[in-house]
Amino acid sequence: MLMSASLVLLMTPGLAFFYGGMVRSKSVLNMMMMSFGAIAVVVVVYVLWGWSMSYGSDIAGIVGNPVDQFGLQGAIYDDAGEFLIDDYGVPAVVGIGFQVTFAIITTALISGAIADRVKYGSWLVFTGIWVTLSYFPIAHMVWGGGLLSGSEDGLAAMIFGTTDGAATVAPIDFAGGTVVHINAGVAGLVLALLVGARKGFGKEPMRPHNLPFVMLGAALLWFGWFGFNAGSAFTADGAAGLAWLNTTVATAAAILAWLVTEKIRDGHATSLGAASGVVAGLVAITPAAGSVSPIGSLALGAVAGALCALAVGLKYRLGFDDSLDVVGVHLVGGLVGTILIGFLATDGGLLYGDGARLLVVQIVIALVAVLFSGVVTLVVGLIIKSTLGWRVTEEAEVGGIDLAVHGESGYETLGGGRVITEVRS
Amino acid sequence: MKLVTGIIQPHRLDDVKSALEAAGVRGMTVSEASGYGRQKGHTEVYRGAEYTVDLVPKVRIEVLVEDDDASVVTGVIVQAAQTGKIGDGKVWTVAVDDVARVRTGEHGAQAL
Repeated sequence: MLMSASLVLLMTPGLAFFYGGMVRSKSVLNMMMMSFGAIAVVVVVYVLWGWSMSYGSDIAGIVGNPVDQFGLQGAIYDDAGEFLIDDYGVPAVVGIGFQVTFAIITTALISGAIADRVKYGSWLVFTGIWVTLSYFPIAHMVWGGGLLSGSEDGLAAMIFGTTDGAATVAPIDFAGGTVVHINAGVAGLVLALLVGARKGFGKEPMRPHNLPFVMLGAALLWFGWFGFNAGSAFTADGAAGLAWLNTTVATAAAILAWLVTEKIRDGHATSLGAASGVVAGLVAITPAAGSVSPIGSLALGAVAGALCALAVGLKYRLGFDDSLDVVGVHLVGGLVGTILIGFLATDGGLLYGDGARLLVVQIVIALVAVLFSGVVTLVVGLIIKSTLGWRVTEEAEVGGIDLAVHGESGYETLGGGRVITEVRS
Repeated sequence: MKLVTGIIQPHRLDDVKSALEAAGVRGMTVSEASGYGRQKGHTEVYRGAEYTVDLVPKVRIEVLVEDDDASVVTGVIVQAAQTGKIGDGKVWTVAVDDVARVRTGEHGAQAL
């Protein structure tokens, strides 16, 4: 579990490279700093009230009590001073470390939708509030025994009844299709609309400045994702092995599907497409890694790769600047994965002759996650818009947000047109 | 013929370009430049050391025009580039003896 937690933590610096390579050279540092900033803020918030809000005592099926285990009190040791052991036989403190890394990557994912143009302070404040009001409640609802889980008080139990004190048809979100990807994808969409497009969006070329960075980032994400998916089995057994294999199989299928879609539509199979295909496959298999077969993973990955490749073109047609395709990849991929479980789950799936009940449950939890995240993000985004403000000045945006906000440039040899002549220390 | 050269703030380039196109200018040359004017540069502190940045990024925009159009084009650039703040730049005009179009070998006003 410690290895898995470390792998998932590595995903966020990996994401920094993935996103950093995709922006223009004048904003690479700001883009990477958004990920690093998310790590810092979310870890602090998590030990104070995040764990408690996710897994503390339940309030109305929506959220855990933030005061209950504030500052992790009572979450690490039992009354005798021994380390608490959780239901999987793992020390609880290890589980806390594992879970915080999920909160970090989810929050960092959103940054891609608002690349190149927001005040760094506003972003840091947003991460702290958003993870508190959107991520922790949804994590509680899905994994902490709340509304979207298989508990007897959950939505699934209300729809199809209970058997032995749990929902007869329990929703499946193995490693975070709803909690992580639908959640971040919806937040990205709402913020992209609220913050507005980059100056010159749709008119000037805004091509990735460093594709090797993008591919390096995709590789680090893939590697880290083994901790994310296989680690979500909470033990090193066959289920973890199946999740590992499914993760790889779906990703490979998604790369091929993305490249074929691109080749047919645009005439080229691009490296950006391959890197995006990696992420689309990983996203889609996330909720399903424990419940489908490797052949099911092939189908799931291929559908996700093709649909996401088509979805990333939508922003130009609809006119919202989701700069690095958080919506096209994470929202669409998360929905594909969460909903296809209803067809492909070896236990309960429609294609395995088990009827449509699981499909209905999966659609319901996906919709609730979309609505919840959408409303919360809108409110938090509006509050920040009317207080701190989101956008940097037009001058900073055009001249380069790295120099204007951080006083640095990613490639000092280019200098951004500045000439420094004198140093006094 | 005249050469109108403007040194402007990089973030005004879009507006200046559109204003010139709207005024009927059919071609221009744009390049990145560094420089300073009366405001001089500024100092910055980075990791405890103080740096003097005395050349700041600018954009140079050059337009070849007929004699009569020079003042109009100058006016268009000034109006579109103006923010009213220090560092807005300068626009100047110089006389041009001859212009040749490379593709056809035409000279003078026909080559504009």
